[in-house]
Amino acid sequence: MLTLLDLGVLRSVEMEDDVVVASITPTYLGCPAMATMRDDLVHRLNDAGFGRVEVRVQLDPPWSSDWITDRGRRALRENGLSEPGNVGRSVGLSLGPTRRNLYCPRCGSPRTRLLSEFGATACKALYRCDECLEPFEHVKEI
Amino acid sequence: MNDDLFGGDSSQWAFGTDFEDPLAGVDTTMVDDVVADDLALYCLGLADDALIMSQRLSEWCSRAPEMEDDVALANLALDLLGQARLLLARAAAASPSVVPVLPEGSPVPPEDALAFFRSAGQFRNVRLAEVPGGDFAHVIVRLLLFSVARRELLERLRGSRDQVLAAVAARGVKEVSYHRDWSARWFLVLARGTGESRRRLISALDELWPYQAELVRCGAVDLALADAGVGVDPTTYAGAVDAVLGEVFATSGVERPSRGPLAGVGGRLGRDGVHTEALSLLLAEMQVVARAHPRGRW
Repeated sequence: MLTLLDLGVLRSVEMEDDVVVASITPTYLGCPAMATMRDDLVHRLNDAGFGRVEVRVQLDPPWSSDWITDRGRRALRENGLSEPGNVGRSVGLSLGPTRRNLYCPRCGSPRTRLLSEFGATACKALYRCDECLEPFEHVKEI
Repeated sequence: MNDDLFGGDSSQWAFGTDFEDPLAGVDTTMVDDVVADDLALYCLGLADDALIMSQRLSEWCSRAPEMEDDVALANLALDLLGQARLLLARAAAASPSVVPVLPEGSPVPPEDALAFFRSAGQFRNVRLAEVPGGDFAHVIVRLLLFSVARRELLERLRGSRDQVLAAVAARGVKEVSYHRDWSARWFLVLARGTGESRRRLISALDELWPYQAELVRCGAVDLALADAGVGVDPTTYAGAVDAVLGEVFATSGVERPSRGPLAGVGGRLGRDGVHTEALSLLLAEMQVVARAHPRGRW
């Protein structure tokens, strides 16, 4: 299972008096899953016996795909997603296609092709494997 | 909060179910020596640019040349909507007087009130964002001009003394870098594609170029906030914007357009509430449901 902690979205969980305070950082500012993540946290903490829960949004520092843990990366692969590489320092204008050294999460082939920089959600790009011909999603470096 | 979201009947809610304060837990304390109304106006400008661009991009849902680009355009729109939401909330927190007053008991949060209940003259977006869409080349040119300038702005705004602006900028600069690269690559493809794609690209560039200067113009509010270390004076990155555009034009073999900037009215431009009639039509569509149901229920 891929957890919010594995994704680096959950930043901290602390007790303040008798309130559990959890801080989460959105992957993208427009991430539509924020409310769902927050509700999931509240429910899981309630189920674990913590009645008073507060979820805070922490915008700074901004989320980075580098925060995804090793366990999270393994979970991404197991679920057919390609994990992000390290975030490069350069942010100069890129006029060529984005180059990434990827492996197909299904068959492991390095022969992959970028279909679109934007997949079903803002945080993913769409690829296809030239070996097994299956499309797959790649979690972007950001 | 816990189960309020589920206990209340949210099915008839017109503005989505997530109506918590998007700035909850974020430090919104005012920086010393900044006038609250100035900060609110500054945030409204940056928010409205993103909101109106987002609306224009959303209009392309299901109309792009390929499904992948449909998805890309929707994602770009969502990124900008996210930026707009936080900036509108920041404007409201800085100066509640900018938020339109709604009927007693209306549960509409301030950022939605600002988006859906202001009229055209109260919007502070640059006019580039509002001009009606044309063909796909038009989308690409508009997005390129917009995202090149916005990226330079956000890059510099990361050092803002205002915590919200700094946080939005730190996150937004990475998002907008993708927007810029995506549009720049399409610019190249269209310029080097067929005679027809090139003709359309150059025609769109010629049409939109007069709106470009507004992106790097410095108004009184920009200057006041730049002086306080909270905002950025756009003229400080005009050169950087020019260099990036120059690189795209040179690589594409497209000449820099020669048309001069679009005039304002008595020196007033989009940031001052002067707009083309296209904004009113855009708002009519964007706001109609919210305005018909200001209490959020029907």
